[in-house]
Amino acid sequence: MKNYDIVIIGGGPAGLAAAVSAKENGIESILILERDKELGGILNQCIHNGFGLHTFKEELTGPEYAGRFIEQVNELQIEYKLHTMVMDIRADKVITAMNREEGLFEIQAKAVILAMGCRERPRGALNIPGYRPAGIFSAGTAQRLVNMEGYLPGREVVILGSGDIGLIMARRMTLEGAKVKVVAELMPYSGGLKRNIVQCLDDYGIPLKLSHTVVDIQGKERLEGVTLAEVDGKGKPISGTEEFYSCDTLLLSVGLIPENELSGGMGVELNPVTSGPRVNESLETNIEGVFACGNVLHVHDLVDFVSEEAKAAGKNAAMYVKSEGITDRPASDKGKKPCVRLKATDGVRYTVPETIHVDRMADTLTVRFRVGGVYQNCFISAYFDDERVIHKKRPVVAPGEMEEIKLTKEQLEKYPDLEMITVKIEEA
Amino acid sequence: MEERNLICINCPMGCALAVTMNGTEVVKVSGNTCKRGDIYARKEVTNPTRIVTSTIRVTGGDESMVSVKTKEDIPKGKIMDCVKALKEVTLNAPVCIGEVILENVADTGTDIVATKNVRAV
Ligand SMILES: Cc1cc2nc3c(=O)[nH]c(=O)nc-3n(C[C@H](O)[C@H](O)[C@H](O)COP(=O)(O)OP(=O)(O)OC[C@H]3O[C@@H](n4cnc5c(N)ncnc54)[C@H](O)[C@@H]3O)c2cc1C
Ligand code: SF4
Repeated sequence: MKNYDIVIIGGGPAGLAAAVSAKENGIESILILERDKELGGILNQCIHNGFGLHTFKEELTGPEYAGRFIEQVNELQIEYKLHTMVMDIRADKVITAMNREEGLFEIQAKAVILAMGCRERPRGALNIPGYRPAGIFSAGTAQRLVNMEGYLPGREVVILGSGDIGLIMARRMTLEGAKVKVVAELMPYSGGLKRNIVQCLDDYGIPLKLSHTVVDIQGKERLEGVTLAEVDGKGKPISGTEEFYSCDTLLLSVGLIPENELSGGMGVELNPVTSGPRVNESLETNIEGVFACGNVLHVHDLVDFVSEEAKAAGKNAAMYVKSEGITDRPASDKGKKPCVRLKATDGVRYTVPETIHVDRMADTLTVRFRVGGVYQNCFISAYFDDERVIHKKRPVVAPGEMEEIKLTKEQLEKYPDLEMITVKIEEA
Repeated sequence: MEERNLICINCPMGCALAVTMNGTEVVKVSGNTCKRGDIYARKEVTNPTRIVTSTIRVTGGDESMVSVKTKEDIPKGKIMDCVKALKEVTLNAPVCIGEVILENVADTGTDIVATKNVRAV
């Protein structure tokens, strides 16, 4: 069996940034395993611009952003295998993978970084009655068809769900000559970034219908149209508001879920809110030496934050490997005093990380989270036990945009008996 | 005096901007967090521009399409002409990131550049 210090599962932006960071932190023996025919992950199909403003101080397209990291991986001579599907990971860090040249093979790792990204919610999960004619696609599949295969799936389009991929595809299909008639969103707010509503819908006069859903699908062989209706506060269609739209294509942009079959299989504990692993300040899961970053951990809308998170995971994995053999391993929970727990409440749905070992944390730690609704003129607050320490005014927060607070080690060291940090939304 | 409300599209913060206008003249921009928001607001109310991204067919490469963009932002009114011009182009692999594919697309003074590498096979 081959041995590596760090094995990274997934060669998307998270896996690439983690690999670069591990190498820069002194690890030589690194392997990236990627099932696709190229590195870069989902960015290869995101041909629009708007990536990398934070990381590179310029606005890049998805493939350009991925290209920057692929270049670094090549310059640093980090080993990777393409067309290689990871089938199983055991808690003792034995990885089973498969490709055409080597068949089924095993690798022993000292540390594992999970970077498998996310996938789209399947359409089966949608409660749309009627037949399932041809012409219904997930927005991500349509993105792949148009951008990578050069195939336009239809001419008259209705989009259900206002997540970023759906918005981006509304513009993309319009530019390719299709008529996008409407974007319908079940919730009373959009799930996507405001800038995408402006430059993908408003620019092309595509209406966005909030609090609307598809109640009927027409067509047996091929889609002929859909009926939209307004929904009430509980998400139930209001009768009398139905409206028919003829179309040959329906795109579903109804959200993403982290790809965690492998993690679950090896005993990594998952958070039911994010569907991603529960992690500590080092982005380490409940299994020592197993780290997670990127969309597998929680769904990000901004790849810059994915890279930032992955950089930390790569560094922490490197530290973990380097401390091997030291009994009082800084990266180990054993014999350490209990950690500080983070609690998400009052509008805050979850936090990443969920626990902090103050002695192990970096000088500043970014805590990322999402909120459950739209709040105007509110405060993001953090209570250290009962004392309010952070109180940040925000003109508006929404579920479509990830929020963060920064904690410093210095700040936490002032509270030696701290047990719990509560993160919440407070209305002004 | 007239006030126009915009959303800055330059970064994901999406700041809500208020532009005070006197006829066609911009008097004041507020609501922006950084300088880019001010520049965007002034442009958006006078001559709105966008970066355009699309794809072009490639033959003889390891991909059948290559992604491209306008090197700079072009006037909004020229977007469709730009996309139309791209439809008439087919490239031969290899194509390199940053390579100029089409000069002065649709008379905008801006070039189309590739945003992905396609290897010849
Ligand atoms: C369809 C879709 C479209 C998106 N469009 C946009 C967009 O337009 N704009 C935007 O800002 N963000 C978009 N995102 C979000 C975007 O995915 C993230 O910003 C970023 O790409 C996440 O990086 P990642 O490395 O965590 O995941 P990914 O980019 O998904 O990379 C994960 C990699 O892991 C590999 N992998 C998974 N399982 C295995 C396995 N078992 N064995 C081997 N390899 C494996 C995958 O093949 C993939 O290459 C989109 C996401 C999806 C799913
Ligand atoms: S004003 Fe600056 S910070 Fe605000 S959205 Fe525009 S570019 Fe981003």
